[in-house]
Amino acid sequence: MSSSGGDRGGPSGDGHEELHAQPLRPLPVRFISPAALNLSRVYEQNRQRIQKKDGPKVPDPTTPQTKGKPRLLLMGQRRSGKSSISSVVFHKLPASETLFLESTARIQKDSLNSFMEFQVWDFPGQIDIFENPAYSFDMDAIFGEIGALIWVIDAQDDYLEAVARLNVTILHVQRSYPHINIEVFIHKVDGLSDDYKLDIQRDVTIRIQDELSDQGIENAPVNFHLTSIYNHSIFEAFSKVIQKLIPRLGQLEAMLTNLCRTCRFEKAYLFDVNTKIYIATDSTPEDMASYEICSDYVDVIIDFTEVYGSWPRSQEWKARLEGEPWAQPLGEQVGCEWAESGVVLADAQRPIMLREVDKFLALVAIMKEGSYEKMPQINMNVDVVVKGLIEFFEITKPRGGGIAGQGGQDGGVVSPGVPPAL
Amino acid sequence: MSDLETTSGSGGPAGVTDGPIGGAPTTQTQLKKVKKQKVLLMGKSGSGKSSMRSIIFSNYLARDTRRLGATIDIDLSHVKFLGNLTLNLWDCGGQEAFMENYLSQQRAHVFSNVGVLIYVFDIESRDVERDLATYVNIISALVQYSRDAQVFVLIHKMDLIPPQMREDVFVQRVALVRKKTAEAVAIVRKASLSQPQQQTSLSPQQQQPGSTSPTTLPSDLEIDMQLFATSIWDQSLYKAWASIIHDLVPNLAVIETQLASLGVAIDADEILLFERTSFLVVSKWASREGETNPWGDRFERMSNILKSWKHTCSKFTGTPRNAEQFCEFQYKMGSTFAMFVTKFTTNTYILVCMPPGEARFNSAKLNVAAARPWFKYLDGPPAGVLGGGGGGGSVASVQNPYAVGSLVFSGGERGVGNPDS
Repeated sequence: MSSSGGDRGGPSGDGHEELHAQPLRPLPVRFISPAALNLSRVYEQNRQRIQKKDGPKVPDPTTPQTKGKPRLLLMGQRRSGKSSISSVVFHKLPASETLFLESTARIQKDSLNSFMEFQVWDFPGQIDIFENPAYSFDMDAIFGEIGALIWVIDAQDDYLEAVARLNVTILHVQRSYPHINIEVFIHKVDGLSDDYKLDIQRDVTIRIQDELSDQGIENAPVNFHLTSIYNHSIFEAFSKVIQKLIPRLGQLEAMLTNLCRTCRFEKAYLFDVNTKIYIATDSTPEDMASYEICSDYVDVIIDFTEVYGSWPRSQEWKARLEGEPWAQPLGEQVGCEWAESGVVLADAQRPIMLREVDKFLALVAIMKEGSYEKMPQINMNVDVVVKGLIEFFEITKPRGGGIAGQGGQDGGVVSPGVPPAL
Repeated sequence: MSDLETTSGSGGPAGVTDGPIGGAPTTQTQLKKVKKQKVLLMGKSGSGKSSMRSIIFSNYLARDTRRLGATIDIDLSHVKFLGNLTLNLWDCGGQEAFMENYLSQQRAHVFSNVGVLIYVFDIESRDVERDLATYVNIISALVQYSRDAQVFVLIHKMDLIPPQMREDVFVQRVALVRKKTAEAVAIVRKASLSQPQQQTSLSPQQQQPGSTSPTTLPSDLEIDMQLFATSIWDQSLYKAWASIIHDLVPNLAVIETQLASLGVAIDADEILLFERTSFLVVSKWASREGETNPWGDRFERMSNILKSWKHTCSKFTGTPRNAEQFCEFQYKMGSTFAMFVTKFTTNTYILVCMPPGEARFNSAKLNVAAARPWFKYLDGPPAGVLGGGGGGGSVASVQNPYAVGSLVFSGGERGVGNPDS
């Protein structure tokens, strides 16, 4: 680490060479395990951060500045459903009440406090930020942060104009800010037949890729999602968008995969409780049905907690429960300080379990038939994983990073960085 | 026969008994009347009658009701609600031609022996005057033929009104409907006074259930009426229907006492008893601490939550919606509270919310399982009436609800014996 700190100011290309050369020199053909690769990536990131801190560096326009919070930019034609999406996903507005939303007149900036801090910017659809004589937008201020641009297309409307504007946007963004992921939400697909949905998706994809390759841009990070606020698809799409912004997602996934193997779970999700976005899952194939039931499960738990857990009990009540014959503080009478829950489905005695990780995250897993009797062992395994997860988030928490504005937020506490893991 | 008397004595006026065997003819008809409640569901065409019926009793999702077509004439359905209560639901198509028909040719047929009238107003309706005129006609007919009937007025589709205006709109509408109801009663009274009074000798009890002649009105007639603002998109529908059902459930007093003694025995804060298919709250009990819960709407909220959870499960498992979907749901929220929802009797689910603590939680679960036989009569007519030996037990427990209380010690120790890891 000290050696890498030493070559401060040097072009980062050196570091790459050195890093790749090292393992290759002794054994030209060598298997590099994913873990080792990951380690080298972490090492590289860490080194760059130290460089940044240590010496003044020429700002490199191609690397994203990770100083602030990741940013989600919602754009699209007017009335395509941007504000509805952000209200449903981030403010828990029932989908039926989005009818009453007014049209957005100016950029709405929301900050989302969760396991990571996100900024959600909702752009008014009637303003074209690239070709507008009346306003001039500071592009760096908008696209400077790492993040994703979410372009919403109304699938039930004529989408040609939206696609044309999207193309212009992609070209602008791709040239100057290639680190921004572009996510296209083909929206309002509820009520459309499955075939029709896929036709639209194919059509939009082709139109965009043709345009991009005409302009000489290949492999742009453009992804497509079919969404609707009336079902879980919007949450799933957001999950995928946000997962791309999570540092070291692979590690999280590996942990969950491991848990699934040990406890014979069918599927495990790590949920952000407030938004019902899952930030990681195990490596088994994606399955909409299990996401839906897990996400609804989280909902039920939130509702139960609100109804029965949100009001203070009287002292008298507490005193009685801690007295004879229990004679123990309530905290010691329980097995787990965090929320834990289990449900058994009637069809094949298939259990689903939930365990709160911290105040933002919950682990939800669908178990195999008949494993309910083994709950105690499973609980122990889950405990271990939960501890691991907490440690993980402690480590990957964004640190001061030399930016003054950010420093205060972390309270000046030097959190144990990545190095201990190395 | 002595069994029968015991049960109805402790169970209040609404007897549990279903005595088709050996009862005197008069008793039989009376009991039958208690057992099968005629429920009229009326309102203008398109106001949402069939939609709410499908959601409550047939496990439709709110958005599935778009598929429903208009109801033609009267759609009769028998909803089995708890073992010994069957609702005779008359879903009356609301197009004007049908309405006129109900009020003229079928008047006696439709409006006699009604236990409950549920009248649905569409808040978005353009022609309020006309709706109210129809309503007045319906109420007059009801007062004429079944003046003991309860009336529930649902101001429906409230979701279409912006949230901040809902309260005002509802209050206004309530005043209007109450005024119109009074007018309707006045009209009938005037009409009945002008008619020669032939049946003054008959008391309401003696009146034959099948009687088709209009009854005379006492001068102080008041309609037992409740109004609710509802929407199929939120829990308000459950609130309205739970109140409708609440008064129809036979033996409510017994259920409540037994639930209370169970609650005391297992140290619970709150117990809710749900009907299995509709997840309407049949009965509830709360400890003194549980009463302080600030969420006044929690009962209908729980119905709504559990019902949508049931839908989710059915979607996941691929089993039919009416099938049983989950058998147990437990949730321990650290040292704040613990709760579980579990299948109780064949027709019911029970929700128990209690203080935290592993030992307490486990013993409560065992005790609830042990209390099941004491609530068996919820599933059907008590065996005692049919002459079975087991019936004596169930009646005994009715008389001595504290029998449940004696369970707590054995159950408690067992619970301590196998704490959750």
